[in-house]
Amino acid sequence: MSGDRAFELGGRSWESRLIAGTGGFRSLDAMERALAAAGAEIATVALRRIDPAAGGSIMDVLERLGLFVLPNTAGCYTARDAAKTARLAREAFGTDWIKLEVIGDDRTLLPDPVELLRAAEELVADGFVVLPYTSDDPIVARRLEEAGCAAVMPLAAPIGSGLGIRNPHNLELIVESAAVPVIVDAGIGTASDAALALELGCDAVLVASAIARAADPEAMARAMRLAVEAGYVARQAGRIPRRHYAQASTTDEGIPELA
Amino acid sequence: MNVLVNGERQELPAGARVADLVPVERRWIAVSLEGEVVPRSAWDETELAEGQRVEILEARAGG
Repeated sequence: MSGDRAFELGGRSWESRLIAGTGGFRSLDAMERALAAAGAEIATVALRRIDPAAGGSIMDVLERLGLFVLPNTAGCYTARDAAKTARLAREAFGTDWIKLEVIGDDRTLLPDPVELLRAAEELVADGFVVLPYTSDDPIVARRLEEAGCAAVMPLAAPIGSGLGIRNPHNLELIVESAAVPVIVDAGIGTASDAALALELGCDAVLVASAIARAADPEAMARAMRLAVEAGYVARQAGRIPRRHYAQASTTDEGIPELA
Repeated sequence: MNVLVNGERQELPAGARVADLVPVERRWIAVSLEGEVVPRSAWDETELAEGQRVEILEARAGG
């Protein structure tokens, strides 16, 4: 494998396979240091009612770091609300990229696949680059790809749970058949989870809480950057097959008779 | 007239427009009127009417 580690997403080439969420940091300053340490090129933002009292804007930080802004539709429960939010985000941020989230339940925050697919179809038809946050269901992923989504973003585990990859087999099935990038979104808890996602063949991971809510977000951001790189290189290197029994790494040849 | 701005009732003079409600100096803002996007280019000319719902939105940290 060459030194070219870039991947294509939405018709552009990206060097970093770590996409940064921006929610959950203690301060904008903590966020800025962590995003810099993560080496991410893309960061997500949400759209909320203006806060007249707000000091600095998150956008100042993202601009300073030169990050590509990926708006999300967090908090939407219907295709209708998500599509409206996407159009507002396009207006606010001047981008037709959207991380599409349509949630089915406020306890698990799991995606509603029916509403999600509906919203994806509508937004693709409207010219959006749609990156859908979805369950780890290979069939739903396939339907989203068929609908014209630019990637599929299956969860590892529920948002903010930090449970890591609950169903690696499903992720492998998704990777196997997807022609668009597969980005693990949600549920990453620590660096090894991110490395595993890349080892399974996923193209990138989106990490928010695991960095933002770590005791030291800047250090965890660095760990995630290294893990994503390690996982990607390991995948390219080709791991050894799993075996039921041991296989000696030292030759049997030339063993002395010592009895 | 009364208009609902980000969920709060605001009294405005007749003929008020979207641009009167938005901190125009701020970038990264989107406005929705009765659930529909009002593009920045239309803020000046879009008149508000009694009882309408306006949402003025900006970027916030989020995953």
